[in-house]
Amino acid sequence: MNFTISKRARTLSMALIGIGAVATLYGVLTDHSEHHQRTWSALLVNGFFYLGIGLGALFFYALQNATETAWSVLVKRVYEGIMSWIPIGAVVMIIVLAAGSMHIHHIYHWMDSSLYDPADPNYDPIMAGKRAFLNQPFFWIRTLAYLATFVFAASWFRKQSLRMDQETGDSLVRRMLMNYRRSALFLVFFAVFSSTLAWDWLMSIDAHWFSTLYGWYVFSGMWVSAMITGVIMVLYLKRKGYLPQVNNSHIQDMGKWVFAISFLWSYLYFSQFMLIWYSNIPEEVTYFQDRINEHPVLMWVTFFINFAVPMVLLMSRDAKRNPRFLIGVGTVVFIGHWLDVNMMVMPGAAGHDFHHGLGLLDVGMFALFLGLFITVVFNALAKAPLTPVNHPYLEESVHHQI
Amino acid sequence: MANKVIYAVYDDPEQLKDGARKLVSAGIRVKDVFSPFPIHGIDPIIGVKRTRLAIASFMFGITGTCLALLGIWYFNIFDWPMNIGGKPSQALYKNLPAFIPVTFEFTVLCAAHGMAITYLIRNKTLPGMPARNPDPRTTDDKFIIEVRTADNHGHEPQGIEGLLQGTGMVEFNERAC
Repeated sequence: MNFTISKRARTLSMALIGIGAVATLYGVLTDHSEHHQRTWSALLVNGFFYLGIGLGALFFYALQNATETAWSVLVKRVYEGIMSWIPIGAVVMIIVLAAGSMHIHHIYHWMDSSLYDPADPNYDPIMAGKRAFLNQPFFWIRTLAYLATFVFAASWFRKQSLRMDQETGDSLVRRMLMNYRRSALFLVFFAVFSSTLAWDWLMSIDAHWFSTLYGWYVFSGMWVSAMITGVIMVLYLKRKGYLPQVNNSHIQDMGKWVFAISFLWSYLYFSQFMLIWYSNIPEEVTYFQDRINEHPVLMWVTFFINFAVPMVLLMSRDAKRNPRFLIGVGTVVFIGHWLDVNMMVMPGAAGHDFHHGLGLLDVGMFALFLGLFITVVFNALAKAPLTPVNHPYLEESVHHQI
Repeated sequence: MANKVIYAVYDDPEQLKDGARKLVSAGIRVKDVFSPFPIHGIDPIIGVKRTRLAIASFMFGITGTCLALLGIWYFNIFDWPMNIGGKPSQALYKNLPAFIPVTFEFTVLCAAHGMAITYLIRNKTLPGMPARNPDPRTTDDKFIIEVRTADNHGHEPQGIEGLLQGTGMVEFNERAC
């Protein structure tokens, strides 16, 4: 059965885009920060957050292929839909990074070439020491390599999945095994790229500071956002009468992923925080000082939402099987991870322009991106049968029971 | 009439499920099912109540958290305050991040051990306990439905055997109990 976008969903996403665009425009016009740094930072936050959802879905999809997981076959089209956002997210990232390269904004302080010139008063020996990695040509090679890999992998997986619908017997199994090998290969690349892209795009905002755990922390945030988006999407589709074979066990398993990856995120977040807090070394602790001193409420609320809310509310089996409850908790944690990306980017990128915290600009841009995201993902979902027609594990997935 | 216990032996868990369904729909209470491995979906058929092991595990975990925090507070704050890494221990909440790893580990330890031991006690399978298994073959390749006539007044063993005829049952044993 093919998915058709309901009128209400279309109106809602259009309304989100419209309201978001107006709020964003208002925010941009009232943004008096130098070089519109505040606006560019908000664009980076939302560009990265939504791209991260696409990447999390792509990673999860490859993980399911590489582990030959059967239960998730029924919902694989939903993740393919979420992956369809990746090209657009990539374009947004390129716009933000290119603007930085052209000195339209100064989110990336290290892009200033005077830091590396010993004769210049701006000379920064620490940054000069990092020049082998943080220099513009290499940065762009890396960025384009990540984005090209992700865009290519997402479209390749999608094409294979659509081809499987037309196949049966041996050729179907062969294609599944090819998916299995390519997914394993992709995961190797993703393991490296997910860490280095976090260094390049986010950690290099505070270029003096570094944390070896940062890549995993960013990755776990992307992953859990993707898991939440996936389960909310499946519950929505199910309520609309699609995906009739998805049963309570599938929903519970998807809820478990939200629960488990929330823990992974909390574990990494806390590990990073605790070690830096404990050792209290000046060059490390500045990162948290900026955040705890300037934005204590935002910082602790973010941690609380992303850790305690899923832990307490999604622990029981009944909670993970209750669609309304799962959507409610999922939405809260989704916003929590958007706040988390804000906390990664804003204090370093917008600095004192972020003193008043989040405003209409941020919320507006969030809504604008959400509307676009829903439109793009729903259009991708509508293009192919929501339930895969052929897959060697389809039958097993239909009978999934835990 | 003496009470009897009936063992219906199967080769295949799916056929056993069919047999159990047939018994239950005839109003017969199935006492238990023995199997070398967990059979998916057997619990709702024979009316096994949902396990409360998760709740017990949560309680053990919370106990662990409280014990760990109490212990740390007593050792490191109350009885013998120590200054470690420039962080004097004056209050538990001020040094909480440093205590979280231990608290976390102790929570996991208590939850995991508590749950495992509760499970073994509840199943009467602690090491050294006598085996309650009616037939050693259920630890290998046989599946058994146990029905007690004491639970099912008005049902004769012959009738039960007749019900299970044709469901793939390979043996039908009666024993006095």
